[in-house]
Amino acid sequence: MSDVSMVVNGRNVSGSLEDRTLLVHFLRDTLGLTGTHVGCDTSQCGACVVHVDGKAVKSCTMLAAQASGAEVVTIEGLAEGGELHPVQAAFKEHHGLQCGFCTPGMIMAAVDMIARHPDGLDEATVRDELEGNICRCTGYHNIVKAILAASEAMAGKARQAA
Amino acid sequence: MYETTYHRASSVEDAVKLIGSAEDGKLLAGGQTLIPTMKSRLAAPTDLVDLRQIDALKGIEVSGRSVRIGAGTTHAEVAGHAGLAEVCPALTHLAAHIGDPHVRHMGTIGGSIANNDPAADYPAALLALGATVVTDKREIAAADFFTGLFETALAPDEVITAVAFEAPAKCGYAKFPNPASRYALTGVFVAKRDDGVRVAVTGAGDDGVFRADAIEQALSTSFEPSALEGVSVPADDLMTDIHASADYRANLIVVMAKRAVAAANG
Repeated sequence: MSDVSMVVNGRNVSGSLEDRTLLVHFLRDTLGLTGTHVGCDTSQCGACVVHVDGKAVKSCTMLAAQASGAEVVTIEGLAEGGELHPVQAAFKEHHGLQCGFCTPGMIMAAVDMIARHPDGLDEATVRDELEGNICRCTGYHNIVKAILAASEAMAGKARQAA
Repeated sequence: MYETTYHRASSVEDAVKLIGSAEDGKLLAGGQTLIPTMKSRLAAPTDLVDLRQIDALKGIEVSGRSVRIGAGTTHAEVAGHAGLAEVCPALTHLAAHIGDPHVRHMGTIGGSIANNDPAADYPAALLALGATVVTDKREIAAADFFTGLFETALAPDEVITAVAFEAPAKCGYAKFPNPASRYALTGVFVAKRDDGVRVAVTGAGDDGVFRADAIEQALSTSFEPSALEGVSVPADDLMTDIHASADYRANLIVVMAKRAVAAANG
């Protein structure tokens, strides 16, 4: 057994877990944060993407013990108060989902992608960067549209703040 | 995943001690291959020794044309390093096309070469660059390091600490990714120096990464894609699997080599 402790969505959490426990199972089963999904068993689909110390990672491909001491953000940690995060708002506005299963991972990947491209994104880059996230409904078109719109909106906000 | 015991190493010495006292232990770098392999129960180490928190394994140093990359440096860090891109752009390009962004945030150069997957990208780069693999015990030339499918010259308790090489005058990498896995169905790394050209091939050999003599000879005369017109690579020792036949891979090697040379010439 491992004692793990980490900060998840700004809250200190800890638990005593089997060493083989994956981060995604700690988040879902121990903490009840079921927004992070498990879509495949092969580290391909990206439905489980969360941020660990500010970087998007696949939480099904990391042990909870590896993440002990880290800061983790899940889809539940994005909205502030009642207000959706700009990426969440853009997915809603542009209908970037159908069944919604891949959406938490898509949004976490998108937030990371936008942060890594502060000068903005183009369609080719977005499609390339979505390599690790699989959607079986939308054909990606509206997901790409939503991410481009969010990137614009967030750049606008950053300009206003500056 | 079968049960395992997790240990977090605080230093390379600590890792060596921990792995030495484990019954059937494995060093855990970024875990992007090992964890999925354990999930599918193809690996079941009794102990995992996590190297990710060892600061001494991290970072990239570029001094003139001498490059040293810490074994714990992630693919994303290699891909995004401006100094490295200046002297060896093919390597940053290669790192930027491993897996996907999330995998690149975790996966490391040390973990990749220790695993020596026959379709991994880094082995081709190291072999073509004539790189040295530095461990806690010794320095191993890349040509001696990669010994076969998933096999290396590493002892069970040996820890890779860095990869070092002199940047060549020109280098290029081109791969044909498997459309599903994005691993290299065939990848070719070319490195041109004053004393010759080295060409290493991944994803195609039935015994892992290898150098393509015929292509090296042709490019030593003229380092242009056109120099490879009519050059063929024997299919004898190439892999045949559900994705591609040996003949198909033999053809891909020449095509990828041409693209790699074009990339190297900018």
